[in-house]
Amino acid sequence: MLSVRNWLIGGIAALMLYLVPLDCRGAGVPEKITIDSLAQYYEAVTFNHSQHINLLKDCADCHHHTTGTLFEDRNCVRCHRNSGETKNVACKACHSATPFSAATLKQRDPQMYHYDKPGLKGAYHLSCVGCHEKNGGPTGCEDCHARNKAGNALYNAGEFTPKNTGGKSGHH
Amino acid sequence: MKRRDFLKGCLACGATASVCGMSKKAWSAGSFEGYPEAMGVLVDLTRCIGCRSCEAACNKEQKLPEPTTSFADQSVFSEKRRPTEYAYTVVNKYDTQKGPVFRKIQCNHCNEPACLTSCFVNAYTKTKEGAVTYNGKICVGCRNCMIACPFNVPGYSYSSAFNALVKKCIFCHETRLKEGNPPACVEVCPQEVLTFGYRKDLIKMAHERIREMPDKYVDHVYGEKEVGGTGWIYLSGVTFDQVGFDTTLGNEPIISNVKEFLGTVPMVLSIWPALFTGFHLLATKNKGHHDDHSNSHQEDSHK
Repeated sequence: MLSVRNWLIGGIAALMLYLVPLDCRGAGVPEKITIDSLAQYYEAVTFNHSQHINLLKDCADCHHHTTGTLFEDRNCVRCHRNSGETKNVACKACHSATPFSAATLKQRDPQMYHYDKPGLKGAYHLSCVGCHEKNGGPTGCEDCHARNKAGNALYNAGEFTPKNTGGKSGHH
Repeated sequence: MKRRDFLKGCLACGATASVCGMSKKAWSAGSFEGYPEAMGVLVDLTRCIGCRSCEAACNKEQKLPEPTTSFADQSVFSEKRRPTEYAYTVVNKYDTQKGPVFRKIQCNHCNEPACLTSCFVNAYTKTKEGAVTYNGKICVGCRNCMIACPFNVPGYSYSSAFNALVKKCIFCHETRLKEGNPPACVEVCPQEVLTFGYRKDLIKMAHERIREMPDKYVDHVYGEKEVGGTGWIYLSGVTFDQVGFDTTLGNEPIISNVKEFLGTVPMVLSIWPALFTGFHLLATKNKGHHDDHSNSHQEDSHK
């Protein structure tokens, strides 16, 4: 009888440990993440992961259901109430860097629920800017991204700022 | 055959031909809902932050002239702009009860484009990929399309005195869309305001977003039905009239306003020459015989 109770306690403890998110157990959670997917126009962004963990507490705010925490978005709980944590919780594991390429569009299945899943760049910005607007974080483009030379050329900024104003190439 | 019979016959034939013509072919255009594999873009106004990256990318992709100010300059939002020969797309800012809303303007790539309808040299093409392109080599610069466009999109190269042409967004057809790639603005957009895909899928996607977040969106997909449907469709958190959309356009394609009239043109061209040649022949038939003519005239008047 005693051994059964021990097993039960052990089992419950293991289950509870399983339900605690990975980062709370301190396993493999990066402190800082370098994001360089826009390296064509911008310097890489160093994302202070631990700072955001301290600010947000709930991993689900960014990682949806993938870290295994329970959360209550009515659109997600239909399937993910207890779906557990996924092998890879990185944004790029699910969000494609090329969401609109011909190859990606061909693979898309309109019957699939996550058909309307943002690409990697969209996922970053929608998540970051949305939260920053609500909570008073920086929201200007250059608050996070320093433009490189190609970026300045694209935006006609920095050394590429137009010099002749009121010339024939006006917008009006 | 007496002249009177001939005339009756002519009129009867003309009437029959015009009725047959009407019922058969000319009016089929109204049911065209776009090519099945046509691409489109879903524009979600609730996501736009007004960074103007789309304007910058368009400027480089289409090799447009240098802008007057940097694309990082936010002061342009002080006025409402429209597309021009220098900028095929512009973003405007609207202050609403839900805060500032930014709206990108460019060609909506209609299923049944009014510009194409109005162009008498056929400079416009609706491609199977969904783009409304134009051929500057054919364009004579009449600007009918600028008047016809319900969205006020085509710009005009007023800067050129001798080769003035209409200029507008072509969905990056030549450089990207043809190969199945998204236009430059879609690719550069950081917020994924712009979702590129098959138009038929985007419409489902748009309604699904409304269904999932009914508090976020107004229950209207602008462009799904307006003027017969457009390739670029829109979702908004505020009513569309608040952010510069014309909500009075109705769902009939612009061509419906003119096709009944235009449908009579082939009839006129094919029947009238024969009809009037007949009149002419009859009128000149007895020219050499003045007596006969006056006799018959008297005969007629006696009746």
